[in-house]
Amino acid sequence: MRDNTARPLKRKHEGRVSTILKHKIAFAGLVIIIAMLCMAVFAPYLAPHDPNDQDLYHVLEGPSRKHLLGTDDVGRDLLSRVIYGARISLFIGIVSTFLSALLGSAFGLISGYKGGLSDMVIMRITDTFMCMPVMVMLLVIVAVMGPGVQNIIIAISILTWTTFARLMRGQVLYVRELPFVEAAHAAGASELRIMLKDILPNAMAPIIVAVSITLGRHIMLESIATFLGLGVQPPIPTWGKALRVGYSYLEIVPLFSIAPGLMITLAVLGFNFFGDGLRDALDPRLRGEGKTL
Amino acid sequence: MAPLLSVNNLSTHFFTGNGVVKAVDQISYELNAGETLGIVGESGCGKSVSALSLLRLIPNPPGKIVGGEILFEGRDLLKANKKELSHIRGNRIAMIFQEPMTSLNPVHRIGCQVREPLMVHQKMKKHRATAEAIGALKKVQIPDSESRIDDFPHQFSGGMRQRAMIAMGLTCAPKLIIADEPTTALDVTIQAQLLSLMKQLTRETGTALIIITHNLGIIARYADRVNVMYAGRIVEKAAATDLYRHPKHPYTIGLMASVPQLDQDIKSRLTPIEGQPPDLADLPSGCAFAPRCRFAVEKCRMEAPRLRPVSGGHEIACWVDVE
Repeated sequence: MRDNTARPLKRKHEGRVSTILKHKIAFAGLVIIIAMLCMAVFAPYLAPHDPNDQDLYHVLEGPSRKHLLGTDDVGRDLLSRVIYGARISLFIGIVSTFLSALLGSAFGLISGYKGGLSDMVIMRITDTFMCMPVMVMLLVIVAVMGPGVQNIIIAISILTWTTFARLMRGQVLYVRELPFVEAAHAAGASELRIMLKDILPNAMAPIIVAVSITLGRHIMLESIATFLGLGVQPPIPTWGKALRVGYSYLEIVPLFSIAPGLMITLAVLGFNFFGDGLRDALDPRLRGEGKTL
Repeated sequence: MAPLLSVNNLSTHFFTGNGVVKAVDQISYELNAGETLGIVGESGCGKSVSALSLLRLIPNPPGKIVGGEILFEGRDLLKANKKELSHIRGNRIAMIFQEPMTSLNPVHRIGCQVREPLMVHQKMKKHRATAEAIGALKKVQIPDSESRIDDFPHQFSGGMRQRAMIAMGLTCAPKLIIADEPTTALDVTIQAQLLSLMKQLTRETGTALIIITHNLGIIARYADRVNVMYAGRIVEKAAATDLYRHPKHPYTIGLMASVPQLDQDIKSRLTPIEGQPPDLADLPSGCAFAPRCRFAVEKCRMEAPRLRPVSGGHEIACWVDVE
């Protein structure tokens, strides 16, 4: 009585990785993300100048051998400031996304699993949050709490966790009806154990995709807030601020605003592209379609 | 000796928009240690609900156990609190489900899932539980169990998954295993293998077994005693051999007649049971089977029959004596 079923090759995970690699746009996104991360991590080694060194004899200059992208209004090296700007943008993007995914998933999990009154309450709260225009509320919250890195992270997380809560709840509603959850109940597993060990891992796929796309969105939110003077405060080098100041000198040194603007665009695109590829890789129905792109 | 399990007047109803569905209505039976009980009946007759009720796994709302008692090892499960209940589930009473394809969690490795009950219920350390899990998989005859415990469920065939489920059920040495259509999703040769295996393992450990199925052949071969259910009630209770030789309830007789037999004349036609099973939300006032029954008399439509003994250990719920 032997089971002679041929042993399937372990290829599911390789399959996912190669799907992403074959998905050209996702691959481009991945390259951009890795480049950005390297820029942020190795900023002190990559930047030719200290980003805060002022050279008041050379303000608002175009590209030169000494300053590859030129200088800003107080003579700081623009290239160095753009490189250092990756640090704060990615930091805020990653931390705020992490927080809002954590908060949203936790509430979504409870809401979807418990149902009933807790579901009602949590969903009405998310409804309330979703009614608010994010940009306006972000500015209001930051204006009240005062600008700063910490406050902008908190403000962004508070305003965006609802997306994750909705997503997670929907997934949990589906997963909790699957037979293995019933089997876990029958095996005497506790509710908490079922939520964390059986349901959560099976509900994660769309959350992972959403994290990637949200990262780009949060980087943009931070830049906008900073652009409007309510985000990160000088002298910390940021893309949003550079864009804002550079915008006043658009006719004299166009690169001053174009360079940081391009970086913001690239970062957002990178995370969006990668998120797209992840979606295709994690969704078996779409597997393989990425190749045509 | 007191029986291991005794179910008295258990009723489980579902409260739906279309009225109260009496999925299980006043059923009573007993099960001794080491015995195999078959519960047989057609789809929707309450077999699965009666089994899920034993572990209080009925989703509430809409379902609710409205009455009766379930005495397991002398304790009433309907009065057990959450903690006692989770100690019983998986530890004293294990359940094996119908769908081996989806009853294992796809994101965890087999070994991790098989050893889980041991770690939860017997507070075993991980490496000991892993060793036990390998042993359990060996017992259910999964080859190379040392390496296969690191596989994911999708790398197992249907039969192997169901065997892994059985291994999971057996790890804590429960006193009772409830197998809810354990082999319905599998092909016939694997069915036979698995049932013999289950039977052999339960015999070795003295575990009682409840097999729920709609397959009369399985019951004939593996059960000691049989409950035949119809429309949420037990209509006939008998020893398996007795039931096959002398079915007494018209429904059971009808069931037997509608199964093809190898030795029957190839030209003879099967006799189906006419009509449809009744709507459980709107049962007729008398015997639920009366509208389809060939032997029904006036009394059948007026008053529902209760179980009555007809011969030693053989009970039927019918007004008529069919011979």
